[in-house]
Amino acid sequence: MAKAAKIEVEDGNIVASLQGFFKALLEDGEINALLVPQHLPMKNTVMPTLVTDPEKLNGTDPLAPAFPLNAAKVVSKLTRKPVNGKVAVVLRPCEIRAFIELVKLKQGSMEEVVLVGVDCLGAYSNIHYSRFVGEDSADSTLSFCQNFLEGKGTAFEEFDVSSACKACEYPVPENADLLIGLLGVDINDHLLVKANTPKGTELLDSLGLPATGEPKERKKAIDDLVAERIKYRDQMFKETSEATSNLEKLNFYLADCVNCYNCRVACPVCYCRECVFVTDVFDHEPSQYLRWAEQKGIIKMPTDTVFYHLTRLAHISTACIGCGQCSNACPNNVPVMELFRTIASGTQKAFEYEPGRSLEDEPPLSVFREEEFSELTGGKD
Amino acid sequence: MSDKEPIIVAFVCNWCTFTAADLAGTSRLVYPQNVRLIRMMCTGMVDPKYVIKALLQGADAVLISGCHPGDCHYINGNYKARRRVKLLKEILPRFGFDERRLKLTWIGASEGNEFAEIIKEMVAEVKTLGPSPVKEQMVL
Repeated sequence: MAKAAKIEVEDGNIVASLQGFFKALLEDGEINALLVPQHLPMKNTVMPTLVTDPEKLNGTDPLAPAFPLNAAKVVSKLTRKPVNGKVAVVLRPCEIRAFIELVKLKQGSMEEVVLVGVDCLGAYSNIHYSRFVGEDSADSTLSFCQNFLEGKGTAFEEFDVSSACKACEYPVPENADLLIGLLGVDINDHLLVKANTPKGTELLDSLGLPATGEPKERKKAIDDLVAERIKYRDQMFKETSEATSNLEKLNFYLADCVNCYNCRVACPVCYCRECVFVTDVFDHEPSQYLRWAEQKGIIKMPTDTVFYHLTRLAHISTACIGCGQCSNACPNNVPVMELFRTIASGTQKAFEYEPGRSLEDEPPLSVFREEEFSELTGGKD
Repeated sequence: MSDKEPIIVAFVCNWCTFTAADLAGTSRLVYPQNVRLIRMMCTGMVDPKYVIKALLQGADAVLISGCHPGDCHYINGNYKARRRVKLLKEILPRFGFDERRLKLTWIGASEGNEFAEIIKEMVAEVKTLGPSPVKEQMVL
């Protein structure tokens, strides 16, 4: 089913080539709107934009190492109800994986979207990206991609891409209808565009791009990158497990948390429409705080910090796709992503669940089997 | 009861385990007073956060107990509870909670004896574990 074509590149400018590709996609007529990351005119920052006019794609740059938010939530807003049209959405692999989780939770629909995924080389935190981008947005993206693909890494000045990206073992958007490939591709000549589904094939056919095969270097380039990231990830799991192995250490780990709940807002798979932690359930009676203080002689204020994080771990760790937006959103640099991914690796394994892999996999906490986990009751079912 | 006695918070379903506890009482069975029963309509509505809250608040152990598989008044709530216990047993021990501090049992409405026995066993086991590590912490 996979069918591949070329997006030709001139003067090594892959950003311009992609802009041309998206323009053709929108002019083609089958697509009513395109959701794509774009440099906003008022600032070099990158945000998802919803575009219907092919002439308004001049700042398009899905390769920019910027990841201001996980756009799965934006796509969820766009697909909550039918729009009687087709929207192509350009996403990172982790955004696609998060969106698949949301669709399974009935908070989005695949019906009218075409998922366009781009090989992900990683992204800086919001603060670091604004330093990285400087004045020239397109040039900064080009040099980032060039450096990465030439093996020069992603470090810039004293910072690097986020630890979530360094630990991400899914750099290739295998679940996309259309995949735009860079890894193992001679990007001075062309970018790879591959259709993974009938929906993607139909669209790719209509664009009439020159056909090509997958370059043989691609598989090795992907395997090497994934191996490097898994190594980083496993080290991160080890260090985080040690740093949180008892309650005292966990308190230390979360000591800078001020209960702003930004991580919950930023989390694409935190699925409750209203979070219990912001309801009046947590407007404790003033005398309650005094009773708590009396029990221990001293309590940290605000309260419910550990409670909040443990609850969120219980609620969403099976769906955590590791995008790292929790850490990106934290005002106090609590390593939230490290904690969530470390615990999620255990909970996902417990239910043999890989979030974002397929719409067919059932979210572990929305289903059950009659015969399972009998060890929990000592075999007495 | 002295301060050193462990406290067990038990989330029990209205239809089976609570009825069993009631039967234990009306049958004048003796079991330790360490347990605090919280009657839920079904174990399927025990959100993981209830368990987490009880443990962080200083409960030495939590018991979730409902109808035997196949007997749930709401058809399948107990199966959902079992998945949540599986989940919690994956998370809590990572932070140093002994997994024996969380227990899942099935006790039917007619099993007053079993209820008394399980509470006795659980109190004995929790006593060997000592007080919950939470009590030393200033963070809730």
